[in-house]
Order: sequence, then structure tokens, then C-alpha cells
Amino acid sequence: MKTPDRILGLIGSFLRQALVIGATLLSLFPVYFMIVSAFKTRFEYIEDKWGLPQSLYWANFNTALAGEKFFIRFANSSILTVGSVFVSLIIACLAAYAFARMEFYGKRTLFNIILSLMVVPPVVMIVPLFVAMVRWKLVNTYHGTILIYTGLLLPFSIYLMTNFFRAIPREIIEAARIDGCSSLRVFWNIMMPLSAPAIITLIVVNALWVWNELLIALVFMQKDELKTLMVGIAALRSRNYVDIPATMAGLLIATIPIVIVYLFGQRYFIRGLTGGAVK
Amino acid sequence: MSSSAARRYKLLRLLEPYLFLAPALIVIGLIFAFPIVRLVTLSFQRPFQGQLLFVGLTNYQTIFKDEVFLRAVRNNLTLLISVPIMVFIALILAIFLFDRIRGWQFYRTTLFLPYLLPITVVGLIFSYIFQLSGVLNDFLKVIGLERFILDWLGSTKLALPTLMFVIVWKEVGFGIVLFLARLMSVEEELFDAAKIDGANWWRLQWHITIPQLATTIEFFTIVSIITILSWVFGYVYVMTGGGPGNSTMVTELFIYLSGFRYNQMNIASAVSVILLLVTGIFIFLELRLRERSVTLEEMP
Repeated sequence: MKTPDRILGLIGSFLRQALVIGATLLSLFPVYFMIVSAFKTRFEYIEDKWGLPQSLYWANFNTALAGEKFFIRFANSSILTVGSVFVSLIIACLAAYAFARMEFYGKRTLFNIILSLMVVPPVVMIVPLFVAMVRWKLVNTYHGTILIYTGLLLPFSIYLMTNFFRAIPREIIEAARIDGCSSLRVFWNIMMPLSAPAIITLIVVNALWVWNELLIALVFMQKDELKTLMVGIAALRSRNYVDIPATMAGLLIATIPIVIVYLFGQRYFIRGLTGGAVK
Repeated sequence: MSSSAARRYKLLRLLEPYLFLAPALIVIGLIFAFPIVRLVTLSFQRPFQGQLLFVGLTNYQTIFKDEVFLRAVRNNLTLLISVPIMVFIALILAIFLFDRIRGWQFYRTTLFLPYLLPITVVGLIFSYIFQLSGVLNDFLKVIGLERFILDWLGSTKLALPTLMFVIVWKEVGFGIVLFLARLMSVEEELFDAAKIDGANWWRLQWHITIPQLATTIEFFTIVSIITILSWVFGYVYVMTGGGPGNSTMVTELFIYLSGFRYNQMNIASAVSVILLLVTGIFIFLELRLRERSVTLEEMP
């Protein structure tokens, strides 16, 4: 009597598995394509675009690293990423501490305003920002661009840290206060060490964002020796680059840091990106 | 303790929060508040003999007569079709993964990967896939579907749908992970009880899963709408540059081009104001949603 049900169930689970596998292959294919192409000679690529390379042709990586000022671009992206992630972390944690554990006038309104800035697209600020940055002589400087990125990272960072700080039991703070700790010491010696998981999440998510960002980098780092990796990559296409395998090798090197960070910090990523929306 | 020391202590406690907030407020003021105010004034001005003159609504009148701008708006609206598609795909895949099919954790990892890759890298890879002599067309030739060999990014009809495919490909992973995380936080008993009551798979999804996901679906929908309206610059810039023949022009690219290539900062500002107002509606909706789900719980 149960047999038809079981058969139906089997078909159902087979279909589910097939669909998920299909979706997975589709999301992996471009990555696979990038990796195999990076190891092919140009001739081999034209002959066979999606097959495995006959042998690993490493010369593409030399071409990619030598061309397009690869190392400079890589360094520029790194400087901007490290700088803005670090600065925004400190500023955001200070503000989040105030929001989570202090009483003051206008707290709620201020917090809501900052929340709403989280999704304001940077593109709408870009013209007036550029006009202002020209006047402040901050265009084509690392610190100017770091300032912009810091500002853009702050709303999300403050939001995430505030939520985390709120979850830290008040008793711990009260106890420290009775022992005579100042707010700054409570913040630095108690809140920050207890928040390590949230801080890692924030670093990982923000670093990814800055590393991948294109528009701000395009507008505010225009000088050739200041261009970021993503701007350099975007330029490859418009220059009608013909050496596709070498380009793919370059893309691969630009992607590897992200994939490594992702594989090691997956749970931090997921927690950070779903944080707040899921409860 | 003297009363003046006590008063000083009280004053410090009163000021302290603002000291902690000061750096954040200064940076946010410089990067958000000031530019937004300046944006509005710029949109009412025009350069004339080296000076900016107040011209009222002239810039707005100009853009609403501009064919390219109107095209950009139409394209953004067309791209919104991808929002229900993304919600649907993400929902199906999240539910399947939640059924704990074999290897679901591996699938979650790989399905989320596209969301993390840089748009620039993704855009470039896909432009090699969709080229006239690209991977897709080679593949179609091999399996004998020659009549489907098309110029995916080079024809005015196909470029926008192709672009939409890439956007869905990359953004859908966020939805999957979001839905899955929400489902995993639902109490098991809820599902178990329904199963004991004899609910079949479809009824289980309809009566338990979907209602439990309602807020998350709403959130993902709003975020996706904001993404489509104002975060697709990277895709267009890398894959088509707005072409062929403005067929993939979007509002963001219009702002970038008029502001930085054609030196019409004031036109770009007027467009930015409009974009800000439109996204503002959705930002407001998102804020309401967040407030309902998390912020209220502990706000004193």
C-alpha cells in the first residue's frame, strides 16, 4: 500500500538532486572556464574553449603579471582595502558602543538615519563628492579614497556592531564599572575582546566589498599608477584585448585571495551578510 | 566628594556618548550628508561664464527630454523583471537544500560563490562566454543548434536580456543563503508537527515554509529592487559599456558618463536626485522591515 508513495518520494528526491546539481554546475562553470583557460596557449584556447588544457601553460601568468602593471594595481587595491577596513572598524565600534550601551538624546533618530544610509547607492553622491574632493585636493590620493570607502562602510558596520554589543550582558559592564573602569576601558578591555567573532565578520565582509568595488576607484583613482586591480581588469575589455588566456590568468590571480578568504571564513561571511535580515 | 566634582562627572556622562559618536558622525557628514545637500543645489544650477547660476528646474526639463536618459530609465525598469525570477529560483533552491539532500553544505558553498566574486571579473568572463566566437556559440555548434548561434552581447535586442542573466547568476546566491539561514532558525517542532499531522511535501511548503519565510522574502525583494535600480553599474560598464546603441544604458552609467566624460555635472546631479528619490522609497520600506524584525527588540 505504501509502495506508490515511496516511488513518488524517490522520483521527487531524484528531481530535487538533479535540479540542485544543475544549478551548481551553472554557478561553477564560469569559474571552471576561467581556470582552464588560464592554463591554455592561445592556439589551444581557440581550438577547444571549454576542455581541460593538454598541459599547464604557466607563461600566461608571466604575461598577466608583467602586463597592465599588475603588481602596482594589486598593491593599490590592498592599501585601500586594509586602510578603509581598519579605519572604519575603529570608528564604527566606538559609535556602536554608544548606541548599544549609553543613553543620550536623539539616539533612536540617529540610529535610524544611519540604518537608512546603509543602502543609499554611492553613485548618487559621486558628483558632489568629486567636486568637493577636488577642492580639498583629495582626488588621486590614498587617504582621500580611504575616507570615502570608510564613510560608505560605516552604516553597515555600526549596525552590525551595535546589534552584537547589545547581546553582551549588561552585568559584565556594570561589574567593570563598579571596579572603577572608565567607559573607554570598558570598551577597549571588555567589549572589543568579547566581540572577536563579530569583528572578524565585519573585516571579512568589508574587505571583500572594497576589494571588489569599481565605481569609486574609477572616479577617484584616475592616475595610472594609482589605479586598482578592478579598474585595471575593467580596462582589459574595452581595449579589445586579444590574449584571452593571459587575461584569464590575471583574473584568476585577482580572484584567488577572495576565494581563499571565503573558504576559510565561510561562516563569518554568511553570518555577516545575512545578519539582521534573519532572526 | 565635593558637589562640583559630582557635577563634572555628570556632565562627562552626558557628553561621553557624543564623544564616542563624533568620528562616525564627522565621516558620515562628509561622505553622505554634505554631498547629498550639495547634490540638490548642483541640480538647480548651471555653469555660465565660469560661474554657477541658479536655473530652477531647467536641468530636470532637459533630462526628461533626453532620449538616452529615458532609455536608461526604461532599461532599469525592464531589468526589474529579474527580481521575481531571483526570488523564485532562490526560494526553490533554498527549500531543496533545507530538505537536507545529500551534500547540501557543499551545494550551499558553491551556490553562494558567485555572489562573492568581483562583478568586474564575472563580467569579463561572461563577455568571453557570450562573444560571437565565444564558448556558448561554440557549444551550440557542437550540439547542432546552429540557428541559436547569436551575437548575445552585440545585438540591440539580446544585450539587455543577456546582461539580466548575468545579474541573476551572480545575485541569486545571496537569496539562497538568506532563505536557508532563516529556515534553519525556525523551530524543528513546527515542521515535525505538520509531518505528524500527515501533511505532504507541498502542503508543508505552503503552510509552514512560505509563511515562515514571508519577512525574509520581502526583505530580499526590496534589496534586489534597490540593487537593480542602483547597483548594476559594474555589469554594464564591463560587459557592454551601455551599447550597442544605448540598448543597455542604465541610470548609473548615464550619471557616470554625463558627469565624468561629458563634463555635465549639473545634468548628472539632476539624474542623481531622481535616482535617490526613487531608491529612497525602497530604502524607507527596507528600514521599516528591519525595524520590525530586529531593532525594536532591545531598543530601550
